[in-house]
Amino acid sequence: MSTSSPSSSTSKSAVPALAALAAALVGIAIAFAFYVAPEDADQGISQRIFYFHVPIALTAYACFAWGAVKGLLLLWRKDERYDLESYVAIHQGTIFGSLTLLTGSIWAKASWGHWWLWSENQLVLFLVLFLFYSAYFMLRFSIEEGPRRANISAVYALFGVVLIPVSFLAIRLAENIIHPTVFTRDGPQMSGVMFLTFCIAWLAMSVLAYALYRLELLGKRLDSNLRELRELLT
Amino acid sequence: MSYLGDVATLARKDLRLELRARDTLPAMLLFVVSTLVVFHFALPEGADEVAAQGLLWVALVFTALLGLARAWAPERESGALEGLVLAPCDRSAIWLGKAAAVFAFLSSVELVALPAFALFFGSVDAATVAGVVLASIGICAVGTLLAAMAAASRTRELVLPLLFLPLAIPLVVGGVGASVSSEPARYLAFLALYDAIFSILCWASFEYVVSE
Amino acid sequence: MSGPEGALQSVVEARKLEKRYGSKRALRPVDLALERGGVLVVTGANGSGKTTLLRLVAGLAAPTRGTLEVRADRAELGYLGHEGFLYRELTAVENLDLYGRLYRVPERRERIGMLLERFGLWEARAERAGAYSRGMLQRLALCRTLLHEPALLVLDEPFTALDAEGAGLLDTQLAELRGERTIVLSTHNPERVAQLATARLALT
Repeated sequence: MSTSSPSSSTSKSAVPALAALAAALVGIAIAFAFYVAPEDADQGISQRIFYFHVPIALTAYACFAWGAVKGLLLLWRKDERYDLESYVAIHQGTIFGSLTLLTGSIWAKASWGHWWLWSENQLVLFLVLFLFYSAYFMLRFSIEEGPRRANISAVYALFGVVLIPVSFLAIRLAENIIHPTVFTRDGPQMSGVMFLTFCIAWLAMSVLAYALYRLELLGKRLDSNLRELRELLT
Repeated sequence: MSYLGDVATLARKDLRLELRARDTLPAMLLFVVSTLVVFHFALPEGADEVAAQGLLWVALVFTALLGLARAWAPERESGALEGLVLAPCDRSAIWLGKAAAVFAFLSSVELVALPAFALFFGSVDAATVAGVVLASIGICAVGTLLAAMAAASRTRELVLPLLFLPLAIPLVVGGVGASVSSEPARYLAFLALYDAIFSILCWASFEYVVSE
Repeated sequence: MSGPEGALQSVVEARKLEKRYGSKRALRPVDLALERGGVLVVTGANGSGKTTLLRLVAGLAAPTRGTLEVRADRAELGYLGHEGFLYRELTAVENLDLYGRLYRVPERRERIGMLLERFGLWEARAERAGAYSRGMLQRLALCRTLLHEPALLVLDEPFTALDAEGAGLLDTQLAELRGERTIVLSTHNPERVAQLATARLALT
């Protein structure tokens, strides 16, 4: 049973570079979204938010999936290292999930005049996932640190990733019985520039998430190494 | 077929324990009927039968939670969960045996709840019953595993509802849909899908929930 | 039991075995090797990790560092912890029957009867375990541990809560099993088992 491997100098030095890259990409994405991309006659400012809302959502899904993969690796390989990686991925996923809800809400207000729309399946799905992953933290922080906590967190992460498609299906089914679809939204027909803006934003969000992931992972590993040293010295 | 034998041994043990202690089942029965009465007062005048169907599911989910919170209590009192984990039987058998027993308890409660609901609010059709049965399978499968997770936590009773409710949402959609929609088959099929997927996941992962 | 040919295979072998819960140290690095039929007596102050070590050997906990090899599978292992693993609402017989089934004990009923009698619980066999005194519970837990004739016994302070009679019964039982089975036991009272021990481990 191996312990967390010491962070190599290469992984440490990667973080500042990643952070710089992320900042640059986000800057470019914002520039594109607000200045370069053409103004949408119908929706105006809400169109701009849309460039971020969907990439943020996709990034959140990716984070949850990453967390589940790390969880699976933990259960399979029994290497303590994966626990922290899974946790940080899910943490980032939750942050991006909250941002999805936030940007989605702003977009809904800007487009339809309501801060919340039950007819927006994506939003509803994220609400359910937000509840699910918030419970992840409640669970994790109420269990004593150790392999048991790692195992349980990993299993829960797997449940989350299975819940995503199942919930989506449920929400689709619920459409017919809960709320009649009042607001319809055409999938954005994106022109070349719009699509480019979308892709830049998506890349920016992904790199940002990865940079934050590596940063938090580094910080947490340093913390745990420090605590271990302290224990050894007493 | 010693695997099923183990499951039967364990399920029998739980049934015997409940018959002796008689604490969880009466509480669930009383709870579900009280909840339905509260709902009568909570529904405004003129609220249609369809809204009431939804409330049936709220009652069932929260009654199930009550039972699930106590599901692993006998093991907690004596540390017996470790005794079971040490036994040579497959760990998933521990989950299956317990889930089967919880299903038996929940079904007994539903045998009272559904007629009570029909009495208070209006008829209950075959699709509703089928929905209740299918959803109960999912509730017991997932709930038993989550209850085991909660048992490892400091805040047990507090954290179980938080873990359970998001996972119960698809079940509620399936159940209400089966009762209310003109195409119940679709919702029943969805419930069956949920049951299949999550049961397999629970069966495969229970081992890791109870061991290091 | 030593054999002339080949290396003596140890039943339990640990090298630099360590256990941590987060940053909390539960067991400092420990080495041990226990041959078949040996009796290892583990001593140490409270908090030195006796229970942790025994749980590691039993497989209830996973090592953080170091290696641990236990050449006994779950069916061959009998563990007695601080908690008896007994259901309060079941009778003594029902409790043992449950474990007897799970461990596929042959001639289950006879074996249960024999053990209950040996530990002086025959008269109380149809009473709920919840009605038992602390000493009787410990005896019943011992019955449960020995039920499936495990090749490796891991006993965490087995003499606690036993009265003089119970302790005597356990002494007799351990003396009988010595040599046949491999035993790891922890105790606050090493003099009691000094005769039995083939190896000692003092934890700090």
